[in-house]
Amino acid sequence: MSLSEFEERDLRDEDVEGEALTSRLASVWSTPQGLWGALSSVDHKIVGRRYIITAFVFLCLGGLLAVLIRLQLSRAEARIIGPEAYNQIFTMHGTTMMFLFAVPVMEAFAVYLVPLMVGTRNIAFPRLNAFSYWIYLAGGAFLWIAFVMNVGPDVGWFAYVPLSGPQFTPGKRSDVWAQTITFTEVAALAVAVEIIVTAFKQRAPGMTLDRIPLFVWSMLVMSFLVLFSMPAVVTASTMLIMDRLIGTHFFDPTGGGDAVLWQHLFWIFGHPEVYIIFLPATGMVSAIIETFSGRPMFGYLALVLSLIAVGFLSFGLWVHHMFTTGLPQLGASFFTASSMLIAIPNGVQIFCWIGTLWLGRPRLSAPLLFVLGFFFIFVIGGMTGVMVASVPIDTQVHDTYFVVAHFHYVLIGGAVFPLLGGIYYWAPKILGVMLNERLARWHFWTAFVGFNVAFFPMHILGLMGMPRRIYTYQPELGWDGLNQLSSLGALLFFASFLIFLWNVAMSWRRGAPAPANPWNASTLEWATDSPPPPQNFDRIPIVDRQTPLWREDPLPVVTGLAVSYRELVVTSLSEAAPQLRERSPDSSIWPLIAAIAVTITFVGSIFTPWAVVWGGALVAITMIGWFWPKHVSEDK
Amino acid sequence: MNTRLALNLRALPTYGFGAKALTWWGTLAFIAIEGSVFAVAVGAYFYLSALAERWPPSALPGHWPGSVMLALLLISLWPNLRIESLARAENLKAVRSGLLLMSAIGLVAIAIRFYEFYNLPIKWYVNAYGSMLWFLLGLHATHLITDVGDTLVLTALMFSEHGRGKRFSDVSDNAFYWYFVVGAWVPLYFVIYWFQKG
Repeated sequence: MSLSEFEERDLRDEDVEGEALTSRLASVWSTPQGLWGALSSVDHKIVGRRYIITAFVFLCLGGLLAVLIRLQLSRAEARIIGPEAYNQIFTMHGTTMMFLFAVPVMEAFAVYLVPLMVGTRNIAFPRLNAFSYWIYLAGGAFLWIAFVMNVGPDVGWFAYVPLSGPQFTPGKRSDVWAQTITFTEVAALAVAVEIIVTAFKQRAPGMTLDRIPLFVWSMLVMSFLVLFSMPAVVTASTMLIMDRLIGTHFFDPTGGGDAVLWQHLFWIFGHPEVYIIFLPATGMVSAIIETFSGRPMFGYLALVLSLIAVGFLSFGLWVHHMFTTGLPQLGASFFTASSMLIAIPNGVQIFCWIGTLWLGRPRLSAPLLFVLGFFFIFVIGGMTGVMVASVPIDTQVHDTYFVVAHFHYVLIGGAVFPLLGGIYYWAPKILGVMLNERLARWHFWTAFVGFNVAFFPMHILGLMGMPRRIYTYQPELGWDGLNQLSSLGALLFFASFLIFLWNVAMSWRRGAPAPANPWNASTLEWATDSPPPPQNFDRIPIVDRQTPLWREDPLPVVTGLAVSYRELVVTSLSEAAPQLRERSPDSSIWPLIAAIAVTITFVGSIFTPWAVVWGGALVAITMIGWFWPKHVSEDK
Repeated sequence: MNTRLALNLRALPTYGFGAKALTWWGTLAFIAIEGSVFAVAVGAYFYLSALAERWPPSALPGHWPGSVMLALLLISLWPNLRIESLARAENLKAVRSGLLLMSAIGLVAIAIRFYEFYNLPIKWYVNAYGSMLWFLLGLHATHLITDVGDTLVLTALMFSEHGRGKRFSDVSDNAFYWYFVVGAWVPLYFVIYWFQKG
């Protein structure tokens, strides 16, 4: 078809109505059938769903390792796992949970929900989005295949040098860890760019900055944290691979390098990482609380400013992970102060949520139940956080189970509980069915009790002096009872997830169909069908208030967009005034091909530095295939 | 849910330049990422220098390749600025010549960098200073190669039937990224060739 023919046939949505419009748009935006179509999909909902499912597979794998750890520690001098296997297992558990579950699952929800919430038809750079999923999948598979082949890393999830360096860990175990980091960070950075540009430039007309849903704000701030923190760990892991492969001396003190440099680089990433996981969860909490209180959020502005403040402050805390490395006193004091300071914006958020619940009429459904569980657990984690921010206490409990208890309270309480609440909340939208409420309550109570029984005793064990990462202990130390209790709690916590998976599987097959807006929520993802059609919205909405769906009059929408090819509205940064009707990319196999080329390069480069050269050429060829326009109409 | 038609966007353009375009923001985000990598690398360089008694432990590398690179990159700002405005004016003929010129400048810059790699006084495996020096230069070289590769493909694109419409916006985004490649070299130049202690 020539360009003039194409322009002549350029039909707009004002020329078509009702069912005809829906089916035309659906066929333009849908992913082609069959395996090839599935591998070429660039629909943010399909990619987001794959991301979520994959992240939960890794959660299950990481959880199974946790159960193994707890079985081994349930009594003194147990012989279930030997020391070498134990080192691998806790390393795999931490690496899997942090890099393959926690960050990806939050980004997955952003990929699925942000475009719907801002009222657009696909994420910005949808092919990059598909690429990021394949890279993430390849990175996770790489780590786990290596583990199964007995080349799994065994140096802890933060892989401190010199242990992870060439002298103490010959072979490829450390390289597998380092390159897994590269894979997952490339994927995370790509998603961060997409989320920022989607939230900045693809918001529905009229969605000014002060009308952006808090969930989207949280994902936006999270994306900025990813943008500025992950480069540090990618740089560090690259340097580690170079130290191991081509004999550089970045971390080698005998050659003028420094081992503590690794810790700085790792934690410059690692502390924001905690907030990369936690801030999206706060966005989920805000969404759930607003809906189940039935009133607009109390302190919207304070919440947005708190998110941004937490984002900034999270970059000024990293040294509190390194209090025992012998820092100058001024440095230690500064980082103590900044670590305590971040409790303030976090506290502001909690008071705004309580205020909203107080002023509204709360409905105690499963999503809100998980949020209340989050309050309880996260506040305890926050308080032990203020404790370990103090140098003398930290020096005492460093590398003990007290720290293990603290960060599980923060991460599971602060992120997993809101996430589970979020799943009960958004499952009707994503799956098109309502999850079973009774099973959800069972899930909540077993998870809540199981979690606290598993992790609370660890505080005491830590204070009794039990170090982390030991594969066993002697009976005369008197740690048996609490460890046994903790292991029982862990089993119950694990069982709670089985109830959850059963609920999802059963409801997906036989659950009641979900209406468009089952919870009477206020944000735009509930303005479309459950699950949403490929085009998300037949007509892009106009946003005239913070809670666009809480209205009596019809929702205003725009017209004038193409119905024969993929087109969406680009708006201005602050006012969201319409600027462009921009074409959105079609399905393409190239992101997968490019991801395969990158995977070959990454894996090859832990064996030979020349892989960077020939792999780079390979990647360049696939990139040209990706970006070269397939039809003149794409240039229009 | 009930809707009402409130605004017709038929008259909107289908592509734009600068901050209007999605790709401009995408480019800016990648600049932020890569800028952070440069910042972290320079931070590591100074961190290790602070621990050393003498930095560099041997002589500084000769500044001439870096100085010539700096001059070339600074001079390239002028054609780069021109190509951006020519792209906005959608002047195909001039954009094609401009892209050819920018490709040539980029290839010369890569040649200078490889000349320098072959003539550096220290190898990466000798000590941490050598490692850092090669790392900084390599990092910048990676950006040079990526941008020049992109420019070459874009040049081919503009000489094909696709040289129209939205592709002018791509040309201006490519020019935007080149500012970063130039801008990153300025602090690196002073760090690499002129900073020493002890």
